[in-house]
Amino acid sequence: MTHLESELKKIKDSTLEMMHIVRTQLSKGKEALMTSNKELALEVMHNEKRVNGYELLIDNSCENVIACFSPVAIDLRFVLATLKINYHLERIGDNADGIARNVIDIKEQWNDELLRKLELVKSFEIADEMLGYVLDSYENEDTSMARKVFEKDKFIDHITDNALTTISEYIKANHSNVNQDLYLLLLHRKLERVGDLVKNIAEEIIFFVEAKVLKHKKGLEG
Amino acid sequence: MAKLSANKVNLYYGDHHALKDVSLAMDHNTITAFIGPSGCGKSTFLRLFNRMNDLIPHVKIEGEIIVDGEDIYSKQVSVDLLRKNIGMVFQKPNPFPKSIFENVAYGLRVNGISDKNFIIERVETSLKQASLWEEVKDKLKKSAFELSGGQQQRLCIARALAIEPSVVLMDEPTSALDPLATHKIEELVFNLKEDYTIVIVTHNMQQAARVSDKTAFFYLGELIEYDDTNNIFTKPKEITTQNYITGRFG
Repeated sequence: MTHLESELKKIKDSTLEMMHIVRTQLSKGKEALMTSNKELALEVMHNEKRVNGYELLIDNSCENVIACFSPVAIDLRFVLATLKINYHLERIGDNADGIARNVIDIKEQWNDELLRKLELVKSFEIADEMLGYVLDSYENEDTSMARKVFEKDKFIDHITDNALTTISEYIKANHSNVNQDLYLLLLHRKLERVGDLVKNIAEEIIFFVEAKVLKHKKGLEG
Repeated sequence: MAKLSANKVNLYYGDHHALKDVSLAMDHNTITAFIGPSGCGKSTFLRLFNRMNDLIPHVKIEGEIIVDGEDIYSKQVSVDLLRKNIGMVFQKPNPFPKSIFENVAYGLRVNGISDKNFIIERVETSLKQASLWEEVKDKLKKSAFELSGGQQQRLCIARALAIEPSVVLMDEPTSALDPLATHKIEELVFNLKEDYTIVIVTHNMQQAARVSDKTAFFYLGELIEYDDTNNIFTKPKEITTQNYITGRFG
């Protein structure tokens, strides 16, 4: 392994570790929300610092490789893509942290019937699945895994659109717990954002591996 | 304790003040690069560490050069022993007009070693360390001049390593080589760090950035900045360093 290859491997390993942590953060956020476990929510908020630490480390490593090695071709695309993936991962971490903060803020018991209708858990599951795809894809440089993300993102968008309608109707019919209803809307928005960010990561992986730019090209993801 | 250090070193070539109050310390098993425009004093400073400047007339040296805790300019120091411990590789490959084997064995023989098996073993180990063994193992008796420029330079590195120095000084070791040969030498230097302390003078800033742990920037005989290579190339503290590495002068 050349010196440059060993530096790139270090960056890849750090990014994979960050992906695992962010995925766990989201999964614990879901768990904390569904079980109203405020301790777990605090743990997620505490671990957000680790995510931020990884962001700084990866930024710094990419900066050093660009300055010292002047990478070209796939090496350059890897570094550029990883810089952006790093940014998107940190934002996903922020959303997990936001979910945990909502768990702390919400005082009332969940309305289970509404929760089922909104398919919030389903959104969490899809987001987790999407993160799993990009993790495998980045690790193995397998873009077929990254491409699975685009269809999945549409499911989350669909669930979020439905949730907006459902919550709006629910508020019209029941004024008793508007606060919780609005929190649920916020949670859906956060997951929708997570879906978008994972989709961005998938686009960056395809850019790195195949040198194809998918940004702003709707329908070309396949 | 640092492996190599300089303490307030001044050097004069006659009236010319070539090095001005230079102090720096280099750790064990690190690669340090000296960069700077021509005439900045980087090669002069490098040569202080194996007393190569002693050979130049009208040179006056002030300050201390310490290797393994000892001032190498003190009267008790044997220059021969010092140079056994501190090998040097020059800008142009300079193999002797001998076979490949004898080039590497030369330093051992000069140092009084005659054990044939030991010499054979050292030659093979040194050629392996210099990443040349696979290319020359079947033609060790051929003349060193039959090798390409890049191979000759790796042979010179093997020759320097054969006498088991702890420090290797390299004065622009790739400036006469093509990009592929340069790449091989750079990878070799990076791998040698495990066993040696390496100091490399280079006019190629990207080379300094690629291979070294620490970089020292010299300008007009002064050490302007000395820091981790990553810092020098991403956030230099001195504006003169920034102007040099960004190509605004030099």
